Amino acid sequence: MKTTETPAPLPAESGAPITKTDVRPPPVKEKKEGTVLNVFSHGVLVIWAFMVVMPLLWAVMTSFKDDRSIFSSPWSLPDSLHFDNWSRAWTQANMSDYFLNTVLVVGGSLIGTLVLGSMAAYVLARFDFPGNRFIYFLFIGGMSFPIMLALVPLFYVVNNMGLLNTIHGLILVYIAYSLPFTVFFLAAFFRTLPTSIAEAAFVDGASHSRTFFQIMLPMAKPGLISVGIFNFLGQWNQYMLPTVLNTDPDKRVLTQGLVQLAVSQGYKGDWSGLFAGLVMAMLPVLAAYIVFQRQVVQGLTAGALK
Amino acid sequence: MQHGKYRFIVGFLALPLGLYALFVVWPFIQSIYYSFTDWTGLSPEFKMVGFDNYSRMLDDDIFWKSLQHSLLFALLLPVVTIGLALFFAFMINVGGRKRKNGPVITGVRGSSFYKIVYFFPQVLSIAIVALLFAFAYNPDSGALNSLLRGIGLDDVQPLWLGDPDLALWAVMAVLVWSTVGFFVVLFSAGMASIPAEMYEAALLDGANRVTTFFRVTLPLLWDTVQSGWVYMGILALGAESFAVVQIMTTGPGGPDYSTTVMVLYVYQKAFRDGQAAYATTIGVALLVVTLAFAAVVMRLGRRERLEY
Repeated sequence: MKTTETPAPLPAESGAPITKTDVRPPPVKEKKEGTVLNVFSHGVLVIWAFMVVMPLLWAVMTSFKDDRSIFSSPWSLPDSLHFDNWSRAWTQANMSDYFLNTVLVVGGSLIGTLVLGSMAAYVLARFDFPGNRFIYFLFIGGMSFPIMLALVPLFYVVNNMGLLNTIHGLILVYIAYSLPFTVFFLAAFFRTLPTSIAEAAFVDGASHSRTFFQIMLPMAKPGLISVGIFNFLGQWNQYMLPTVLNTDPDKRVLTQGLVQLAVSQGYKGDWSGLFAGLVMAMLPVLAAYIVFQRQVVQGLTAGALK
Repeated sequence: MQHGKYRFIVGFLALPLGLYALFVVWPFIQSIYYSFTDWTGLSPEFKMVGFDNYSRMLDDDIFWKSLQHSLLFALLLPVVTIGLALFFAFMINVGGRKRKNGPVITGVRGSSFYKIVYFFPQVLSIAIVALLFAFAYNPDSGALNSLLRGIGLDDVQPLWLGDPDLALWAVMAVLVWSTVGFFVVLFSAGMASIPAEMYEAALLDGANRVTTFFRVTLPLLWDTVQSGWVYMGILALGAESFAVVQIMTTGPGGPDYSTTVMVLYVYQKAFRDGQAAYATTIGVALLVVTLAFAAVVMRLGRRERLEY
């Protein structure tokens, strides 16, 4: 390659005139390069796919085995499907309680995050008032700070308010920590919406809040869905906040409950039940991802792209 | 649109801003203040001690270990993860070669399948992923060692998480496993917006795939790579590394503190050892490291912006 004296072709210069003609690179060269690289790169792609899927399949497989064969032959197929692992995990290992707690916490905080986040984002994006920029940067500044720093005093703030080990306390904290990204994302979204419709509604006598709830919010639906999925996954998978703020065994959320279960398993030894619980916690999000694949990807990548 | 404007603004901002100030901003400010006290967190009494916590921190061997590990996480993990993800994303989006009557630029066969599967770990909780791999790494009955036995490597039976020299790498591998898919999808989105004419021009000039990648794709994708880099570094310093280290390694913190990272050390000092003030001091150090990391990456990554 003689790369030194020729700088990389600037696309804008070399791109335009050539596109019309149907050009192919010399066929001989293409073939030679193709085979070697193809085998190699396909191989790597397949291996990585295998490495992603195998641990998950292994977990599903193990959740149907009895304890003895888990230890004696980790990779063999289960001799028969032990569905009792699943029912034991659901009832005796409290997975049903953890599930319910998680649904309550995530449901409450998701609604709260979307309502409060869109209210703040709308005001910050569409109204000019003193302090607007300051409040906006105060919100988005929260995206880059390590949560752990605030966690120690936060524990005592929550404790003093009597909200420690409560579902609603956890909901309020989840909302507060979801606001930076939500406000950031939705403010950008509200700025792209046309102003004329809102103005027309206002001239027709609708109040500001009515304009917001009946006109702007429905128009922002695609943005709400993206940011909603982002927050759903984040809050469903949250581990650090409940670990610190929620130490009552009855109030545990799924991630926390499973980790606690694994720690105490050292003494009880119901490994098959534990694997069943693990798979139970994985399946809902994997299923949701496969169904809402496009929205999930949009919601998650929007966060890092902008 | 002036009528009742300020009442509306205050009404709409009060609740979100109040919650945010109470649970996020106020604790942040407090933590910096507490780092200058001798507060234990157990009793409400404390007094100002100036920079005592900071000088104690500089003499704390475990702090230095955790700082070292955190820096390793922040520097090495993004390199490996983003490198892998760039390769995968390039193969998936550009790596294919022309099939009859197809578009000139295309991914390898099965690319949409890869994109879906690679993303799987990203939707799982890092806590669940950590648990799963803690089992897989189990030296006696875990999937990894029995796989090694299965292919005849009976002598190679590492302790993985129990081996001080290996534990940190085993933990890092899990973070790579769980985040690569996200960046594949992120970079795919970036690559999709690069006009096909540029690739066609490069092909016409006789560029092979390696040249195409370094001369066309990477420069045009640079902004996305850079923000991905910062994002991954913050993840590796923060919540994700807390979960994997706390859940997976024995101790937790590994044999002889071989896997302790700064976030975990903050947590242990505050909630295990009853040294809340000292914990916030380490937290301030973590904040400094995070901001410095972001600043360095932004600075090093600055390039002339390419318009297309």
